[in-house]
Amino acid sequence: MSARVFVPADSSALSVGADAVAGAILDEARRRGVDTTIVRTGSRGLFWLEPLIEVETAAGRIGYGPVAPDEVARLFEAGFLTGGSHPKALGRVEDIPYLARQQRLIFARCGLTDPLSIDDYRRHGGLRGLEYALRLGPKATIEEILASGLRGRGGAGFPTGVKWRTTAGIEAEQKYVVCNADEGDSGTFADRMLMEGDPFLLIEGMAIAALSVGATKGYVYIRSEYPHAFAVFSRAIGRARAAGLLGPSVLGSGRAFDLEPRLGAGAYICGEETSLLESLEGKRGQIRVKPPLPAIAGLFGKPTVVNNVLSFASAPWILEHGAKAYADYGVGRSLGSQPFQLAGNVRHGGLVELAFGASLRDLVEGFGGGTRTGRPIRAVQVGGPLGAYFPASLLDTPLDYESMAAARGMLGHGGIVVFDDSVDMARQARFAFEFCAKESCGKCTPCRIGSTRGVETVDKIIAGRDRERNVQLLRDLCEVMTDGSLCALGGLTPLPVVSALDHFSEDFAGAPARVAAE
Amino acid sequence: MSGRTAFDVDLARTLIDRKRTLPGATLPILHDLLEQFGYIDDDAIPLIADALNISRAEALGVVSFYHDFRRSPVDGRVLKLCRAESCQAMGCEDLVSHLAVRHGVTVDGLDEGSGIRVESVYCLGNCALSPAALLDGEPIGRLDRDRLDALVAGAQRKMQ
Repeated sequence: MSARVFVPADSSALSVGADAVAGAILDEARRRGVDTTIVRTGSRGLFWLEPLIEVETAAGRIGYGPVAPDEVARLFEAGFLTGGSHPKALGRVEDIPYLARQQRLIFARCGLTDPLSIDDYRRHGGLRGLEYALRLGPKATIEEILASGLRGRGGAGFPTGVKWRTTAGIEAEQKYVVCNADEGDSGTFADRMLMEGDPFLLIEGMAIAALSVGATKGYVYIRSEYPHAFAVFSRAIGRARAAGLLGPSVLGSGRAFDLEPRLGAGAYICGEETSLLESLEGKRGQIRVKPPLPAIAGLFGKPTVVNNVLSFASAPWILEHGAKAYADYGVGRSLGSQPFQLAGNVRHGGLVELAFGASLRDLVEGFGGGTRTGRPIRAVQVGGPLGAYFPASLLDTPLDYESMAAARGMLGHGGIVVFDDSVDMARQARFAFEFCAKESCGKCTPCRIGSTRGVETVDKIIAGRDRERNVQLLRDLCEVMTDGSLCALGGLTPLPVVSALDHFSEDFAGAPARVAAE
Repeated sequence: MSGRTAFDVDLARTLIDRKRTLPGATLPILHDLLEQFGYIDDDAIPLIADALNISRAEALGVVSFYHDFRRSPVDGRVLKLCRAESCQAMGCEDLVSHLAVRHGVTVDGLDEGSGIRVESVYCLGNCALSPAALLDGEPIGRLDRDRLDALVAGAQRKMQ
């Protein structure tokens, strides 16, 4: 029998040479006359171990990583095809504590299967959710999503079932489902990993949504910074169509649903749902004033469900296992699981899917193993560029929607970026404004003008000019932006700024004062 | 992107016609033009406007809104360097100054014979392996000065 070796084709794995490793394995196998098949998978999300290759053995899948191409010959000598020992051997991948300690509902299959094989998908439990939804019918499917407590995973946390119910309740000859895959937050990569590693799950989730709200057409808006995700997902759509998962009769139900991938063009604001719709319509990605809600008048003015990748991807599990089983994960009003993403200056960066309620400390120290530079953690930004910076003293904050809000932060899309003690928090506050100025759509004044005034004011503080008055002015400006902006970009840019002012005021003391204090 | 060709009105018109009937066709058309020519030529604006029955101002407005749609041609390779928070935490700004000091390459400047144009991007979704970049669409993780030196040298060789 041919030995099976699994090598990720996830773009993070590719970025550290996974293709070269796959090529080296094939070459070496040919040289030795060993029958070897390489299966390209998604990533398990243990990125510090990439390229992480796995071999199928009687004892399960044994991992080796990180593997460099010039180590491949040695691996063959060590008998890695049967799980032989080698300094890079990791044992059974599923037993690696980083993975074993997770609660993977959405990412259960990612890294295990061939992302483009619908047979593999079925063999690993795929399509059961959609099949059940088809038996259940639209109304009961939406009830199930409502009962699960699923909230929008893009960042806003709006109940997914409520969106679906709203769109379902409107009579219209055309409705749409739109997937927001414009994952622009720094420190986040879960959507990308899923689209590259288990794309049929997203397609299945979108089909469940479409059939329950009565939509026949869907769009997936993928950012252009993700060329590989776009390519893989586009191919997955083709395969899904060929397999009857998409098309005039979804899984033989007689009900039509089809999907089209669309590429963004480098505008962060298009992650805001109304900007995204404008962009899909071919316009500048300027936000729309709500109401009307997209659920009522969305794409091309038609009722439209807009959800994040992870929200759609949660639906199949909920349908398959039941709303109650899903709601058993999590705490309070934050139910189910959240794929957290560990990034920045962290030893063990990767994807950690856990029930809501784990502490920030458990993530950055327990899973992450502290900083990669080995220096003390000084700040952790949670929730992307619009999320707050937490000091080391607040690492015990639980990661759920309510606790994060109570700590004047937000969970956002679950990105966690670690900084060591070399970070200058006044510079980070300045960057928050700079980014907002760069990415503002320009529709409302607090965001368009406020962001630039913010950069200037932080510059004055850094230069030590009229420090106290300017800090006060900065706080006033943040209040205006919070209360007066039309969307989350202007409205939440103050979060990182104010958190930096509150928790790291020493960095705003201005250069001369800081030297004097030392 | 390696297959970029010089701007050509007839080819542009063909590309535009191919997608003009798509709902919300503007971005798909602009991406096709970008892939073919490496930038959006000013002469493409009236063609798009005509095809989609929008004003030239609207067509230009869309082009200028999105960072991707650069408006001047690129000679060599394009390196998109991530400068968002996660990569900041791993020293991407050091790479920006290294490019300037060591290679005379200005990030977000024109390539002017250097063989490489470096553009800022904000997140490539490779944040566990920061600093991250994309070289003509190919992902690079854990970018450091040495690797950057090799990339710039490689691009310059290609130009000669």
